Amino acid sequence: MTPMKNVFRIAAVSLLGFGSAQAADTMVPGVARRLTVEQYTRVIADTFGPTVKIGGRFDPDVRVDGLIEVGAAQVSVSSTSLSQYDAMARSIAAQVVNEDNRLTMLPCKPASATAPDDACAGKFLAKVGGSLFRRPLTPAEIEHQVRTAANATETVKDFYQGLSLTLASMLTAPEFLFRVESVEADPANRGGYRLDSAGKATRLAFFLWNGAPDEELLRAAQKSELDTPKGLEKQVNRMMASGRLKDGIRAFFDDMLQLAGMDDVMKDGALFPKFSSQIAGEAREQTLRTIVGVVTAPKGDYRDIFTTKKTFLTPGLASIYKVPLAFDAPIGAPDYWKAYEFKAEDPRAGILVQTSFVTMNSHPGRSSPTLRGKALREVLLCQKVPAPPADVNFTIVQDTSNPVYRTARDRLIAHRTNPVCGGCHKLIDPMGLALENFDGGGAFRTTENGVKIDTSGEIDGVKFADAAGLGQAIHDNPAAASCLVQRLTAYGLGRTPKKDETWVETQKAAFIKNNYSVPGLMRSLALSPEFYRAVPNEIKAAFNTP
Amino acid sequence: MTRNATRRTVLRGAFQGAAVTVGLPLLNCFLNNNGTALAATGAQLPVRFGHWFQALGLNPGMWVPEKTGAGYTNNIQLKVLDPFRDRTNIFSGLRYFLDGRPHETHTSSVQIATTGIYGAGGPSFDSNIADAIGKGTRFRSLEIAFAGRSLSLSRRSATVINPAEASPVALYQRIFGPDFRDPNAADFKPDPLIMARQSVLSSVSERREALTRQLGAADRVRLDEYFTGLREIEQTLAHELERPAPLPACKVPGAEEEAKPGSVVEDITKNSKLFAGLLASAMACDQTRVFNINLGSVGIRKAGSTFTWHTATHEESVDEKLGYQKEVFSFLTWANATFVDFLKILNSMKEGDGTVFDRTMVLWQTDHGDARTHSLENVPLMTVGTAGGRIKGGQHIAVSGDPYTRVGLTVQQAFGVPINTWGDRSNKTTKTVTEILA
Repeated sequence: MTPMKNVFRIAAVSLLGFGSAQAADTMVPGVARRLTVEQYTRVIADTFGPTVKIGGRFDPDVRVDGLIEVGAAQVSVSSTSLSQYDAMARSIAAQVVNEDNRLTMLPCKPASATAPDDACAGKFLAKVGGSLFRRPLTPAEIEHQVRTAANATETVKDFYQGLSLTLASMLTAPEFLFRVESVEADPANRGGYRLDSAGKATRLAFFLWNGAPDEELLRAAQKSELDTPKGLEKQVNRMMASGRLKDGIRAFFDDMLQLAGMDDVMKDGALFPKFSSQIAGEAREQTLRTIVGVVTAPKGDYRDIFTTKKTFLTPGLASIYKVPLAFDAPIGAPDYWKAYEFKAEDPRAGILVQTSFVTMNSHPGRSSPTLRGKALREVLLCQKVPAPPADVNFTIVQDTSNPVYRTARDRLIAHRTNPVCGGCHKLIDPMGLALENFDGGGAFRTTENGVKIDTSGEIDGVKFADAAGLGQAIHDNPAAASCLVQRLTAYGLGRTPKKDETWVETQKAAFIKNNYSVPGLMRSLALSPEFYRAVPNEIKAAFNTP
Repeated sequence: MTRNATRRTVLRGAFQGAAVTVGLPLLNCFLNNNGTALAATGAQLPVRFGHWFQALGLNPGMWVPEKTGAGYTNNIQLKVLDPFRDRTNIFSGLRYFLDGRPHETHTSSVQIATTGIYGAGGPSFDSNIADAIGKGTRFRSLEIAFAGRSLSLSRRSATVINPAEASPVALYQRIFGPDFRDPNAADFKPDPLIMARQSVLSSVSERREALTRQLGAADRVRLDEYFTGLREIEQTLAHELERPAPLPACKVPGAEEEAKPGSVVEDITKNSKLFAGLLASAMACDQTRVFNINLGSVGIRKAGSTFTWHTATHEESVDEKLGYQKEVFSFLTWANATFVDFLKILNSMKEGDGTVFDRTMVLWQTDHGDARTHSLENVPLMTVGTAGGRIKGGQHIAVSGDPYTRVGLTVQQAFGVPINTWGDRSNKTTKTVTEILA
């Protein structure tokens, strides 16, 4: 080995500055999660400001066990996606050092624009490196980055371009693209591991804020304050009080309710002229605003998201809901959202009848009680609905021109007479049929093919007459609260809790006792020692259908 | 005296001990008589592999040729493939096995078709083929999703998806954008910017050991995959610093016209032609040797229609007079014609005294025998193209009840993947379909 390489080796070994007590070959169960699209975007904006544009295409996030946050701990990157990340990184870095931005974004001016300036490069790289890697860089790491910049500058004979390429390499680096939660031996659990201070800071910040730790959290981590119950509580309380908590809550519900699916919702323009990709985005936002409004209100009860009459509307959504609403701000103004409360007699209540849920769980040209019922069971109650068996004839279900079976209910009942199908359809159809007053584009209707729609149904023995009744039944169903606890815990851990992790049951009991408060549950999880226990990651096959 | 320069005379010169240096530009006459080998170096023109996945099967009873073996006549649903009949093999009787495990419709069979294993996440067989024939090209493989959404069936491993491109414009940029080097350009100078990019990325590679030692086994594997990807980018950059071998067939296409990615059949028809043209050019310029097309199924529909191809397969009645589902038949007719148009475009790109398609083989696969009932029996499969003479075509091979994976194994072997068994449980096979190997 040449002496030069040796220097790199030594620098590399001390690079991360945490967890170095472990022997190199121990299988330490730290968890590495790939940044989601949203998190990537947020960290870039936090570091360089909102004017930097992010071009290019991200790898699609992968959902495992119902959550992208769990999928993020399962996926890696291919060379194809890495070249996309690399192209995006070079574009971001070029904007940071371009002639318009370099005066404000760089803390110094190089002595020469065509030669390396280690002092200036070091100042800049240490600062942005700390923000991008979510921890202060060690002196060895700064030295490593400065040398990288000097080499690049010498090759291209341009200080800014050399710096820009080095910055791009940091944006392509695994320390940026993956959130590594570092671990240490757990004194309370012999032979086990727990997150160390830096690992805790990362987990906390992404869990509560969906972003990187701020300076105060990093400081507390460095001083090992997060390792004492008192120090941890102080930071958690501070973070819970911050306006960024809403970002965390939004990110969680966006993931749990699979609202990213709105990006893929396409409706036939001839049949649903009011629907557009703009409306799809607004529908997603409406649901998030509704939920944040409910769960962050004083004594906000999670279950009320299924029954609330309160929501927020844009002109486009108001038109779909046929709500006469005056908007002062012109359309296209930065924020033309308006709070609105549906009247008691209005059929709209809760998130299940919002445009997001009913359009996402429909076909491009019509509604689908089956898809809606399935989503309800799987997404909101965490129950698995089996796939249809092989060799089944579905013909009757949607021959909408059949003179005998005019409504979806008629067609599904006919289909259900097949005992093989009946088992599962009994589980999903009655819930989905209750939403039949809302068509595939989200509009209210009372008839299908000239026949009045019957929206009555039952779930787990509870009967209801319409969508509002369904909302109330879900509100009262114990599986709804249980599902929320399971998903929020998995979201924080980056894995689905195992059946023998009884502490999750304790969390659930506390959640119920605490009036189903979501922020309360977040706080209680964040203060729980089990939340930081490191469990070896298991990779499940992640696969999507064609 | 004028003499035709033939490959043989040039080689003879080399054998007699004279160092033969061939000046540029390289002309077609320096290819051997079949246009398959570069006369100057004796190097073979590359072989190429394509995977076309078209979910939702074919109309039962309307695709299996009556006659087995060579010289078959196409059944009604595949008549459109007549121009390629002597280069096509049609397989009937293949099936997927669940071995008592739950049937995740449209998913379990896709997993078996691409990985050989029920429930597996990867690698998909095309990655093995790309490792065998695609090394050294700029893109180990190119993935394309026709139906707008970026769904890719190609996996490097269970945790590494090769993402698909849904927009012809974006694909054009990726292949022929600023990073493209014309192999036939008169002058070549290594670009210092590429050198600098290479050096900053190698500074990331240097941190590999420090990073991976922090992690548990599963995460260590994922980080290793990251570094493998990084290494591939570094290799590509290194490649770009060398003078490229000239490729007479390589012509850089003009800027791509704006297209509308989406799941409406009219848009897909148009995009598939744009994609085919781009791939043909990319292969003539040896930017890639492997491509994966996911025609998709979710949401494919005709404008203004309340149903999609997928929902029609399940919900449309079988027409009593015709004996089949009319709408589904029309979707299939469209899809098969789209496939053939795609092949024709590859077949129109000249290379040597043949075409790019002459050195290509496309494997056509699907998920169900009868999509209407999610059947896993008698699932259609085709190979089209000879891959430069490696594959013998023109046959209908009836293999009643054999695992679908048999052809996957055969094709991988034909492209030099060093395996003699593929798949697991009942989908495991060691039996090559020798009839199609030339």
